[in-house]
Amino acid sequence: MSADQGHGLSLEFRTPRGSSFTEFLATRAPELLPGAGLRAGGEGVVEAPHGTTIVALSFAGGVLLAGDRRATMGTFIANRDMEKVFAADDYSAVGIAGSAGMAIEIIKLFQVELEHYEKIEGTLLSLEGKANRLAAMIRGNLANAMRGLSVLPVLVGYDLEDRRGRIFSYDVTGGCYEEQRHHSVGSGSLFARGALKKLWHDDMPEEQGLSVAIEALFDAADDDSATGGPDLGRRIWPTCAVVTEAGVRFVDDERLEELTQAVVAGRRGNPGGAR
Amino acid sequence: MTMPMYVSPEQLMKDRADFARKGIARGRSVVVASYATGIAFVAENPSRTLHKVSELYDRIGFAGAGKYNEFENLRVAGIRYADMRGYSYDRRDVTARGLANAYTQTLGTIFTQESKPYEVEIAVAQVGSSQQTDQIYRLTYDGSVTEERGFVAMGGVSEPIATALRERWAPDLPLAEVLRVAVEVLAARDEEDPRDLAADDLEVAVLDRRRPRRTFRRLGGPLLDALLDEASATQDVPTQDDPRPGLHDTLTQDLAAVDPDATDAPADTRAGDTTADDTKADGSDGEQDTTNPQTQRED
Repeated sequence: MSADQGHGLSLEFRTPRGSSFTEFLATRAPELLPGAGLRAGGEGVVEAPHGTTIVALSFAGGVLLAGDRRATMGTFIANRDMEKVFAADDYSAVGIAGSAGMAIEIIKLFQVELEHYEKIEGTLLSLEGKANRLAAMIRGNLANAMRGLSVLPVLVGYDLEDRRGRIFSYDVTGGCYEEQRHHSVGSGSLFARGALKKLWHDDMPEEQGLSVAIEALFDAADDDSATGGPDLGRRIWPTCAVVTEAGVRFVDDERLEELTQAVVAGRRGNPGGAR
Repeated sequence: MTMPMYVSPEQLMKDRADFARKGIARGRSVVVASYATGIAFVAENPSRTLHKVSELYDRIGFAGAGKYNEFENLRVAGIRYADMRGYSYDRRDVTARGLANAYTQTLGTIFTQESKPYEVEIAVAQVGSSQQTDQIYRLTYDGSVTEERGFVAMGGVSEPIATALRERWAPDLPLAEVLRVAVEVLAARDEEDPRDLAADDLEVAVLDRRRPRRTFRRLGGPLLDALLDEASATQDVPTQDDPRPGLHDTLTQDLAAVDPDATDAPADTRAGDTTADDTKADGSDGEQDTTNPQTQRED
């Protein structure tokens, strides 16, 4: 069964049902669900590219999400300029660490899920609603996580009712936790968290928030081989999404270059970043 | 046991068609019309929440007339179809033609096989890169489909409306003019008793061809008032949205004050319009309105 099978909108399309695209897909074309083909596979560990460090933090007026650009497969660098931070909808962004292929599929479905709800209901899903939908998708991936294909996202969004930015973290079983101030996931997160603890302040302006995120990624790359550092030669900068009352916006390359160069310059002669 | 009475197929189909037509004629009309920078949907609909017009996909809109539960059912099915296709292939592979074909099959099957035909007329419109490439499909209760050039009127007593539109519609009209024409023909459907349709009685939305991805926007508030007001200089919707969700109500002139490049209003008339600041009270203060979310910014 696939999208173009038969003509017309068969009864499945017209049956009154909820406004979840994932649920619709599960009845109409379950083979299109993320990782559906893998569920029938045998045992063993699959080797596939993994994405690494994501940091999220709040600043005055919103939240931001930044990710390095490296994907690794064992000790091999699979990709130097991978995107791991995505806009989920107008008012939220999601960053992923873990199995890259799985993660991208889950994010793609999550994006359609949110847009589908918006169109059917004529209203936006609440930020908690979005966080819970993502939790359900991660829970659905548990069997694959056991085989080494785990996906760990961070969701940041602007809560239009509470009028503030919020950060949600997850575990592989689909547990969803709201984080205060800042959070990091991925192999370099231990180091990034240390940096965030020392550098984060309440009510930082956006510019400073971006510098702190980039510096946290720098620290992660410094001690974790799977996290890509600032690539000055190739001019590859971390991906940064900023979510405010005005929605999601990606920081452009010129500004990222400026901020990254400043962080690198600040660390010259002081590689440990001692203050 | 009595023998079922024989009814000829001709008679059966005629009865079904009469039944469906009667149901549709009881409702109010909808006009879909192409204009210089997009496609406009204008429906007479006093409800703010039960929509006759909706987004189907990035560049595709839907309008329904007739029985609400039936066209709502078709609308939802269309969104599922479009999202599923876009998800499994690519966003570019979702087309109005594909949707119109799916709808025509469905309506045709329902008309002949189900115990009662749908009492609906629907339109599926896709905005192109120019007015020549706009596509508007009109589908009726029996599954017949026609591709219309420029505009379509359906539901209610649509014949006089279509006739009036044929005289007054022209290519390359600005949005404000197309909206005024649409509202006038909707109001004048009954020749003896022409009515006055205010912005509150209307549901208006556009597919704006200048937008990069999701082009559907609902119009309301001061922006719609200004567009319908002949004295106002506002001729088109701004290409950028208000920062928060809600009805698309940023005035073109307001935006012009901030960014002179982002408007279609002529420069000389802009300064003279004083309604802009006075009327923009909606959405920016007080209670949040998170409905009608088709107000994303461009990234």
